[in-house]
Amino acid sequence: MRHLLPWREPVPPDGTMGEPRARGRFGEYGGRYAPESLVEACREVDEAFREAWVDPGFRGALARLLAVHAGRPTPLTPAGRLSEALGVQLYLKREDLTHTGSHKINNVLGQALLATRMGRRRLIAETGAGQHGVATATAAALLGLEATVFMGERDIERQALNVFRMRMLGAEVIPVTTGSRTLKDATSEAMRHWVGATGDSHYCIGSVVGPDPYPWMVREFQRVIGDEARGQCAAELPTGVPDYVVACVGGGSNAAGTFAGFADTPARLVGVEAEGGAGAARGRLGVLHGCRSLFLQDDDGQITEAQSLAAGLDYPGVGPEHAHLRDLGRARYVTVTDDEAIGAAVRLARTEGILPALESAHALAWVIRAADTGDLPAGSTVLMTLSGRGDKDVSTLKELL
Amino acid sequence: MTNPTLAAGAVERHLRARRDTGHGLLMPYVTGGITPGWTDYLRAFAAAGADAIEVGLPFSDPTLDGVTIQQASGTALARGASTRRILADLSGMPDVGVPLVVSTYYNLVLHDGPEAFCAALRRAGVGGLIVPDLPVHEADELTDVAAAAEIELALLASPATPQPRLAEISCRSRGFVYAVSVMGTTGERAALAASAAELTERVRRVTDRPVLLGFGISTPDQAREARRHADGVVVGAAVMRRVLDGAGPDDLRAFLATLRQALDQECDRPR
Ligand SMILES: Cc1ncc(COP(=O)(O)O)c(C=O)c1O
Repeated sequence: MRHLLPWREPVPPDGTMGEPRARGRFGEYGGRYAPESLVEACREVDEAFREAWVDPGFRGALARLLAVHAGRPTPLTPAGRLSEALGVQLYLKREDLTHTGSHKINNVLGQALLATRMGRRRLIAETGAGQHGVATATAAALLGLEATVFMGERDIERQALNVFRMRMLGAEVIPVTTGSRTLKDATSEAMRHWVGATGDSHYCIGSVVGPDPYPWMVREFQRVIGDEARGQCAAELPTGVPDYVVACVGGGSNAAGTFAGFADTPARLVGVEAEGGAGAARGRLGVLHGCRSLFLQDDDGQITEAQSLAAGLDYPGVGPEHAHLRDLGRARYVTVTDDEAIGAAVRLARTEGILPALESAHALAWVIRAADTGDLPAGSTVLMTLSGRGDKDVSTLKELL
Repeated sequence: MTNPTLAAGAVERHLRARRDTGHGLLMPYVTGGITPGWTDYLRAFAAAGADAIEVGLPFSDPTLDGVTIQQASGTALARGASTRRILADLSGMPDVGVPLVVSTYYNLVLHDGPEAFCAALRRAGVGGLIVPDLPVHEADELTDVAAAAEIELALLASPATPQPRLAEISCRSRGFVYAVSVMGTTGERAALAASAAELTERVRRVTDRPVLLGFGISTPDQAREARRHADGVVVGAAVMRRVLDGAGPDDLRAFLATLRQALDQECDRPR
């Protein structure tokens, strides 16, 4: 049995995962590399967010929406049978149990409320797996806003269920036919559209990417995952703080929100990327979609297409704060393959009765591999964010299994 | 009004000299590497009376471009165009007699680093640079490096830019100020936006640097109208749509000649 805290000295806050430095910088990353036409719109979002985030009225309204509409707090579930098999203590933070089925709703409710406060009538969003699109459509319906969602044609094919859900909720889904026809191109198209719509629309970015203040703002809206988990761990884990905190990384919003709750603890932070979308593990410095970060590129500096069975991880970069955490060594970024993720999804379904989103299955696949190889010491406690449920991936899995 | 310690570079001197004779400036755009003999377009542009030429280095994710230039970028990349090859093509051609201004997204500038990038531009005979996703507050890293390489970094101003920021943009811009006529992406439009006149007036209030109006200018009438407010026009999508439809250098020379004529007529009018 493990000791109770404080057998280990708590680590003092190291200044990471706080407010970004001037001009939205996390180390050398971040910034506001937006077309001049969008700079004023970004500044307005920044100003509105700063005001709202210290306004108890706003915080209260958001907390209430999260509780009564999104179903927070989400439970911390011990994965008993799997833990026993792996020889580690695995706890799952259940974002799959939120309304709409993924962590995306946390951020979207925040931004939708902010948009309302700013007098905007419409939300613009990009989506890959469709989860952010569904969350946006949901929040828009709830708050009486319009929603326009850009989605790559390829993702529209593989996430047909979510496309239908968005349309049911009254959102307009616009197919994007350029480039790889996935998340990267949907994001470019949403930005282009925003240039002509700044007057009445708010661009609701779905991850910790984009021009300042989005990476910071989205992390703050997702911080609820980490803060809740921190409290739950303190109450329920023998060690109080887990040894490892693990989350999958597409743009990195669920990971950032989770990590934020543990940044000032000794927990080791692990971000798990898809082999074919490993911006943090294998990207190089660049600028895309408004921020300076790490992106997959070819020898000529063109952004390359990410490849992952999990549409939500099919992004060729990561948010700037992850690039910074990587440089600092505060978080570690690893990759898993499609096959490992599929194996992990099936294993979680059969041992715990939970079918995870393929994105989340990446995080689990690393836990399984690391426990097998001893990379995760036997007896470690592991908190893993289960970012979403697998319903959207059933047809993909059906074809493969 | 210009700071004497920051003497204008060659692009600006050229544009100012032409403007000061009452000449309306014409800067057509072509995507580098769009066709095998793409540099022939540059010769045709100069022959049609261009005062400067904008050469786009295609990027995989052009977030400020509408469908036409996106498509042109995609086509050029599919043909194997790259910064290196396009600059090699430029180095290999005789001087066209007017300044060349490269435009591209910041990722391509960062790829080899701003210093190497600007040096490569200089070697290829390029005098100016436009980076649409590098707003003035992020430009520090590139400004000095570009100046040292004698590359004039022209900044963009938009209808949404507040006046104090517009003053900073106009002051720090080199070569000219690129006034974005409309809140939107590049692409042909039926009419010149009302925001174009207003923005140009606002830029004028803070600088006497040449002001070129771009985005959406596609017909002789629009060029004429734009000339009433600005020193000249940038014409991109209207050129590239023709190129994508198969128009050759001669066709483009004829098209640009109609714009040239419109600008000249507008000059002759009593002002
Ligand atoms: C269920 C789920 N998990 C994770 C992600 C990855 O996004 P992020 O890394 O920004 O949390 C997505 C994105 O669509 C998703 O739908």
